[in-house]
Amino acid sequence: MRAVGQLQNLQGNHACAMGAIAAGCRFFAGYPITPSSEVAEKMSLELPRVDGIFIQMEDEIASMGAILGASMGGAKVMTATSGPGFSLKQENIGYAAGAEIPCVVVNVMRGGPSTGLPTRPAQGDIMQSRWGTHGDHAVIVLAPSSVKEVYEETIRAFRLTETLRVPVLIIYDEVIGHLVETVELPVAEAIESFSRKWATGAKEGFKPYAETDDMIPFMARPGDGYRAHTTGLTTSESGFPTQNPDEVERIVRRRLKKLDHHADAIESFEEIDCDDAEIVLVAIGICARAAGRAHQQARRKGLKVGLFRPITLWPFPEAAFRRAAKKAKHVIVPEMNAGQLILEIDRLIHGKNRPIGLNRIDGEVIEPATILQQIEALV
Amino acid sequence: MNNDSIGSFNIRDYLREDMFPHFLCPGCGHGIAMRALLWAIHELGIANDNLAIVSGIGCSGRIGAYVDANTFHVTHGRPLAFATGLALSRPDLNVIVITGDGDCLAIGGNHLIHACRRNLNMTCMMLNNEVYGMTGGQASPTTSPTRFTTTSPTGSIEPVFNACDLAAAAGASFVGREVTLQTPALKNLLRQAIAHDGFSFVEVISDCTEIFGRKNDLGDSPEMILSQKGSMRPEFYGNVVDQPFRPNPMKTGVFVDIDRPEYGSVYRDHVKNVQAQAST
Repeated sequence: MRAVGQLQNLQGNHACAMGAIAAGCRFFAGYPITPSSEVAEKMSLELPRVDGIFIQMEDEIASMGAILGASMGGAKVMTATSGPGFSLKQENIGYAAGAEIPCVVVNVMRGGPSTGLPTRPAQGDIMQSRWGTHGDHAVIVLAPSSVKEVYEETIRAFRLTETLRVPVLIIYDEVIGHLVETVELPVAEAIESFSRKWATGAKEGFKPYAETDDMIPFMARPGDGYRAHTTGLTTSESGFPTQNPDEVERIVRRRLKKLDHHADAIESFEEIDCDDAEIVLVAIGICARAAGRAHQQARRKGLKVGLFRPITLWPFPEAAFRRAAKKAKHVIVPEMNAGQLILEIDRLIHGKNRPIGLNRIDGEVIEPATILQQIEALV
Repeated sequence: MNNDSIGSFNIRDYLREDMFPHFLCPGCGHGIAMRALLWAIHELGIANDNLAIVSGIGCSGRIGAYVDANTFHVTHGRPLAFATGLALSRPDLNVIVITGDGDCLAIGGNHLIHACRRNLNMTCMMLNNEVYGMTGGQASPTTSPTRFTTTSPTGSIEPVFNACDLAAAAGASFVGREVTLQTPALKNLLRQAIAHDGFSFVEVISDCTEIFGRKNDLGDSPEMILSQKGSMRPEFYGNVVDQPFRPNPMKTGVFVDIDRPEYGSVYRDHVKNVQAQAST
């Protein structure tokens, strides 16, 4: 029973696994953790059917290490985790960012800090997903808000990580992970193929981090004769460590600028009724669903309310948001944390009204009625 | 005298010569271990293109960069985790992990025991110099009691790991130890380890002359290496000699060499079975 091209009921975490396999993921390493374990469980069932490899590692760090090892060997790879595991993976996410190793890391958000609320939803990792590993680094973070979107964004995550050589993190809250929705998955042929920029040219004098017009270096596949060196140390174009300030500056800048250069491919957002909106709601994950409902109800009451939903959370779609909030007198940011997304919104609308946070940190979701109440209080 | 060649083995065939001079201190045993490793690789006829060296952080981790192969210098303690992903997805590569006593037994200890248990085909060469050399000489899980380091300034009081016993207990199907002084024996041990189908663990007793040796007044490199040899007893001697004169010698040689299902081939058979069941 191949589950594509037909209507079916799917859980968010299963949709993530199915999307990964549709995108060509053939190596998954994981470690059990609530509420993301269903991703690993689904992969353990599905991967052997498509000649893929599933391995349950001894810990979260090893899972992250194993997928990077497999990716450096040429496989499309993914791992999935939640809060504490996401913290443990950060060092190796930094390795992937520094050495430009394609990988997809899923974080199903639960309450924190520490063990926190393992079975309850939260959105407290918005900032960690951007800044979790140390040092200046580039990552892409996608934040789907429906089961269908988890499937689609997982495929897009692979497209981005493989073509750009940037680690792509997918974050969604426990509600989206365990939400069951009816979705129609596209047939496999409908998914546009993509591949990594493998080195194919001259082996003599090959530089694994040579600058190119698109800022994406060619990757050497072991066995192809390039015999490249890969390291977490800062390197010159040769791939070998350097402390030469000019070389260091160049490579660090290139890795950061790569995202700007490919902003069109990376950026993704949904904008509803923002043209005339006096109040703009900004939310991700399950909060975006509640905000969508509140927006509908408000419009029925004749209130000029719009919704801006970053699907690519980081880099944040700054220009698109500024356009969407141009006429807004108020921006409301409902989020299941003590105020993280709002920091970015505050930065972007600096000089105008301060955004209003609607926060919930008790392991429960924010309901549409709460958001509607806030809207009505402002008009 | 040409020190580069021994028989048909010319170490220059396996080195990235433009990376030299290397960063190792004078007297460090790691270079001897690397020579023995490359010598073993040469004798096994492994092509540089099919050789993958995964190393961690520390002095041991840096020597991979000098080898003209596919080299991966990864995060501290994690080379076995990275190598697991690489070796499982690329069984065509000869995967060799180079690690140290801190990298392998402290921060990476969990990965070591699980790599031993899993028995995926790769070779783990652990260079044991009893110290964190790269960071300036702190105590490691193999620092002998009473030894001085920068974090045991009044003498170490911690018990040590016997790495080979640990690997054997965790299920490694090939385990051995050798000192750098016995370079041909070390080469033979590594050769056996690499040829072994499954997870092989080789502990190399290396010496950190500049930092550990100096702090503990162990003399220069020849003195350190000779005293290391003196404190070892080859496995084939059994228990017949040197008692009671040397009550606690460590053993050298091959301690474990057993046939146990190799994880990669077990996994691939499993996939075939799953697919066969699905098609019936």
